[in-house]
Amino acid sequence: MFFQEPIPDTSGYMIAGYVIAFIVMGIYVTSLYLRQRNLNQDMAMLEELDKPVSKVESTEPKPKKPAKTVTKRGRKK
Amino acid sequence: MKSKPLTLKILDIVSVVLLAVSAYIAIFVAPTEAVMGDVQRVFYFHVGTAWTALLGFVFTASLSVVYLLTKDLKWDRVQVAAIEVSLVFFLITIVLGSIWARPAWNTWWTWDPRLTTAAITELIYIAYFMLRQGIDDPDRRARFGAVYALLGGISAPITFFAIRLFRTIHPVVIGGSNAQAEGNFSMTADMRTAFFFALFTFTVIFIDLFWNRIRLGDLQDKVEQLKLKVTS
Repeated sequence: MFFQEPIPDTSGYMIAGYVIAFIVMGIYVTSLYLRQRNLNQDMAMLEELDKPVSKVESTEPKPKKPAKTVTKRGRKK
Repeated sequence: MKSKPLTLKILDIVSVVLLAVSAYIAIFVAPTEAVMGDVQRVFYFHVGTAWTALLGFVFTASLSVVYLLTKDLKWDRVQVAAIEVSLVFFLITIVLGSIWARPAWNTWWTWDPRLTTAAITELIYIAYFMLRQGIDDPDRRARFGAVYALLGGISAPITFFAIRLFRTIHPVVIGGSNAQAEGNFSMTADMRTAFFFALFTFTVIFIDLFWNRIRLGDLQDKVEQLKLKVTS
């Protein structure tokens, strides 16, 4: 017991190791999330472009019918 | 794109919880190693990530065979996902090993057989993505990638057995011993608990990230197909 060497303090290396491991995993998960988000945006835009023309027209608001005009003949009647 | 399946959402949460618990056990529960001190605790994450990454590389070699037999691009996407996740895990392995080596061997890096084969394996799979970047035709890219990954898969068992086959200073902690090793140690019961828990944790995290990456690949494929449809 008397001759036992003290345990070296290498906690700084341990902390550095765990911090780097978490950072690398964090960067990878973030990159997965960002790529997914960008692809979803691209998909939405491409789907919009891919819509058939007739479908696009049908979604547009219909023009209002012209107001009925009362003719002179009508008035006479 | 379909919303994330409930199983995958649960797996995401389980992975985060397991990672936190595994780090807690490794740092606070496992005893301090008498010769190396606290730096020995990186061993749990070092081996956990190495185990899953090397298995992942071997798995990708088997996926190559499946792709070459079926010619279904789905298997190419699965292979890319497995290689990407394995590459990230193996990068963590190498960095943690280097950090451990500084106080244990008094150097960040040495051209020991294990370290050299590990570096070669990592570079082989980085080159895999560079190769794919250079080929536009999807079928050709998948075929070349499959053959390359099949040959590259040989590097994983070579890396694993390097400490058992060659003269090396890398410790053999599991299933053997190495007289030349520097920084060798034998595990106590608590160390074994931390070790096997870390192996389990990284296996679950690998499956979770792998699944997420496959979904990303599928979405990427759909976007590319739609892009072709719109531009044609």
